[in-house]
Amino acid sequence: MKKVYTRPKTMKEAHFHYCPGCGHGIINRLLMEVIDEMGLRERAICVAPAGCGMLVYNYFDIDTLESAHGRGAAVATGIKRVRPDNLVFSYQGDGDLAAIGTAEGFHAANRGEPITIIFVNNGVYGMTGGQMAPTTLTEQVTTTTPNGRNPVLAGHPVRICEVFSMLDGTAYLERVTVNKPAAVIRTKKAIRKAFQCQLDGKGFSLVEILSPCPTNWKMGPIEACRWIDEVMTKQFPLGVVKEVS
Amino acid sequence: MSGNAALGEAAVLSGCTCYFGYPITPQNELTEYMAKRMGELGRVFIQSESEIAAINMVLGASVAGARAMTSSSSPGMSLKQEGISYLAADELPAVIVDMVRGGPGMGNISPAQSDYLQATRGGGHGDYKTIVLAPGSVQELTEVVPLAFDLADEYRNPVVILGDGMLGQMMEPVSFDNIKPPKEYPKDYTLTGAKGRPSRMVRSLLFDTKEEEEHNWKLVRKYQRMEQNEVRYETFLTDDAEMIVIAYGIGARIVKGAIKRLRQENMKVGMVRPITVWPFPSAILQEFAKTVQDFFVFEMSAGQMIEDVRLALAGKGRIHFYGRPGGIIPTPVELYRIIGRHYYVAARRKEQ
Repeated sequence: MKKVYTRPKTMKEAHFHYCPGCGHGIINRLLMEVIDEMGLRERAICVAPAGCGMLVYNYFDIDTLESAHGRGAAVATGIKRVRPDNLVFSYQGDGDLAAIGTAEGFHAANRGEPITIIFVNNGVYGMTGGQMAPTTLTEQVTTTTPNGRNPVLAGHPVRICEVFSMLDGTAYLERVTVNKPAAVIRTKKAIRKAFQCQLDGKGFSLVEILSPCPTNWKMGPIEACRWIDEVMTKQFPLGVVKEVS
Repeated sequence: MSGNAALGEAAVLSGCTCYFGYPITPQNELTEYMAKRMGELGRVFIQSESEIAAINMVLGASVAGARAMTSSSSPGMSLKQEGISYLAADELPAVIVDMVRGGPGMGNISPAQSDYLQATRGGGHGDYKTIVLAPGSVQELTEVVPLAFDLADEYRNPVVILGDGMLGQMMEPVSFDNIKPPKEYPKDYTLTGAKGRPSRMVRSLLFDTKEEEEHNWKLVRKYQRMEQNEVRYETFLTDDAEMIVIAYGIGARIVKGAIKRLRQENMKVGMVRPITVWPFPSAILQEFAKTVQDFFVFEMSAGQMIEDVRLALAGKGRIHFYGRPGGIIPTPVELYRIIGRHYYVAARRKEQ
């Protein structure tokens, strides 16, 4: 019998805590596949966030630090300055990077720290129960925007890639999604490119991944994947936002 | 050399390879000194975007195995408390300098001792402690800095150096001859990439309440070891003293001047100067309480260390207090008058 798929070597044998239809599991798996394929298991150091992604150290068989909410880019900076030969990446959600940790992410990007941020954008605070995130779409209903996000009162969805693209220190920024097989393959390529960018010392890299959150979007998994294409990508267009050669 | 610059050089000689800081008066000379020296030595210096970022860079450098330091002053220290709590929870070494200024709020940029409770009670959220060293002179900074780095590594815990604006900015002759090359500590917890070993994780999230409780008790046992082994203090003219002043840092320096004058008038006043304000030298105060009735607490605050003195004396003796909050530095003459008056009243009471 032909084996067509196997768990990445650098993935621990554990059950995901993620909800059905959540994108985190796919992203976790892609990261470890890329690390395996690039032979980086012994060099990689991950900074885990607060939020749904915080338990990645239960799944990643690489050195991992769990940082305070939003501080991933600052912690990763400290690690990378001490260990420039390691691959250092932080895994952050939208509340983590685009709200409480904007200053840390922005300035790490501006300094051109050769680190990579894996930015999971699902438009809500997932772990705390689906409150409005900085990336929540206009008119989107969340537990803290019960009548839909009103930009007059609650601001506009933040486009991190576009904001960071204005900073001279950023070398590679791409927005991708994991809502269908072709998109998953593109996401894997983007992660590989971002890591390579770091290893080549080109500067700061970030991959923003639009990720379904059926539980908090109050949708079925298939509907959530469709919603990314039909609605979310209108605010957050996919593609390479910046690439320094 | 200024206290701030001496502190920087002492850190360099103690093997500090990473410094992260954000400008705030009255400790800017330290950040500026580190910018120059760390650059010369090819070590890591970052002027961070905030105190929060600085303490988290320290955490990152520490978990990567480096001796790392940050410094700030009162308002900035409030911002660092989040990171200090994580350092303590993750059991990571770090040295944090607080050159205290008048507060609360923006306060002012004059020397003060009003961050005592924040420093000695942990300061951030959760059940944790940091060793807090309170040097009283520029020369003593050169002793306290290498000690801070060693204690941080020894106990895998953040250590706070509690100075004030005056100590940081005053100029005194200083020798660094006492600083030995840094000791090597075995570090089996650092994140270096899982080369030839199982992967490691450093975390403070313990969802399982039983696990979290065990972690807390483990930390408590460590703090008990610190309390047993790391208490440091200086006594000054205590042998025949009928009144003992308790003061620390620059406050103790001013008290010394006052005591010299009091002694000229045969007033038997001595001093206990805590060098570690946590762990606090309670035992020596309890010892003195067997023979001495009057204890005088002086602080450049509205009264914070007095709580530790009360706890140490546990109802024994009489506690006198004089405080100058808000960035005021009293003169030795002012303290001489105040302590002298209390001494006189106490002596009259004994006669009656």
